[in-house]
Amino acid sequence: MADEALFQFLHNELIQYVYKSAEQGEMENGRCITRLENMGFRVGQGLIERFTKDTARFKDELDVMKFICKDFWTSVFKKQIDNLRTNHQGIYVLQDNKFRLLAQMSGGKQYLEHAPKYLAFSCGLVRGGLSNLGVKSIVTAEVSAMPACKFQIMIQKM
Amino acid sequence: MSRQGNRGTEGKKMNSELFTLTYGALVTQLCKDYENDEEVNKQLDKMGYNMGVRLIEDFLARSSVGRCHDFRETADVIAKVAFKMYLGITPSVTNWSPAGDEFSLILESNPLVDFVELPDNHNGLIYSNLLCGVLRGALEMVQMAVDVKFAQDTLRGDNVTEIRMKFIKRIEENIPVGDE
Repeated sequence: MADEALFQFLHNELIQYVYKSAEQGEMENGRCITRLENMGFRVGQGLIERFTKDTARFKDELDVMKFICKDFWTSVFKKQIDNLRTNHQGIYVLQDNKFRLLAQMSGGKQYLEHAPKYLAFSCGLVRGGLSNLGVKSIVTAEVSAMPACKFQIMIQKM
Repeated sequence: MSRQGNRGTEGKKMNSELFTLTYGALVTQLCKDYENDEEVNKQLDKMGYNMGVRLIEDFLARSSVGRCHDFRETADVIAKVAFKMYLGITPSVTNWSPAGDEFSLILESNPLVDFVELPDNHNGLIYSNLLCGVLRGALEMVQMAVDVKFAQDTLRGDNVTEIRMKFIKRIEENIPVGDE
């Protein structure tokens, strides 16, 4: 029901749209990424509200991160985060070895420069989710080899 | 054990909400970018078309539906298989024209409009217009030219959502010049 494929197609169209309207308005790449990230933020906020309405309160920041890595990731991307690392000082690195939104693209270096476009929305998704759980953060992502990618979350102390 | 069961259905529900919420964010963005609703409707249709031409392959790969022999069969497959597979709803097929080339899909509920309310200054907006594009694009890839539009919309005060589909013509496959 409400298949993953449908979301992936919509996500791709979203990216096409943002970049096409950028071409006409002569926006640079950065603005497009920001736009996509902001859209993801709104969606993430809404999603996390629906998802956690019956969940118990989180004990601490690490608990929130584990929730993101397991339940949230499974629900949105159909698998858990493969590796979570932290320096215990507010920086978390989430590694996904086979990120669903990149899985349809050829592996290797050919499309590496386009990968950030496909990660922007998801970064926003995570940032929005965390925001409504009371955690202010900055989320970035990087890809070194498709389809593996790393999301870096920097907690902002309020 | 039962808690895990809850998690399972919650997971599925959340995924459909992911699509619904993302679609909402898209429509919101389009409304900001374009001044009038007509333009937004056109964009949604275009994006839907682009999605449809790819979705049909995904659909054919997942379902084992064979070639449809006539428009009635097409209507049934769209309502009972495709809509169920992607949106989890089964619209009813009604209001066939006497010539058998036009029908209506009646959706009791439309997952795209969960959580949505149309503000007063967007009376011309066909919120779910993406669906029309998707259907048009998908059917074009299986050699059918159709016209798809919304006849009724719950967001605009009607009781149900009604999509009207009209068969225009069969698209002949173009054989490249030089091939026999």
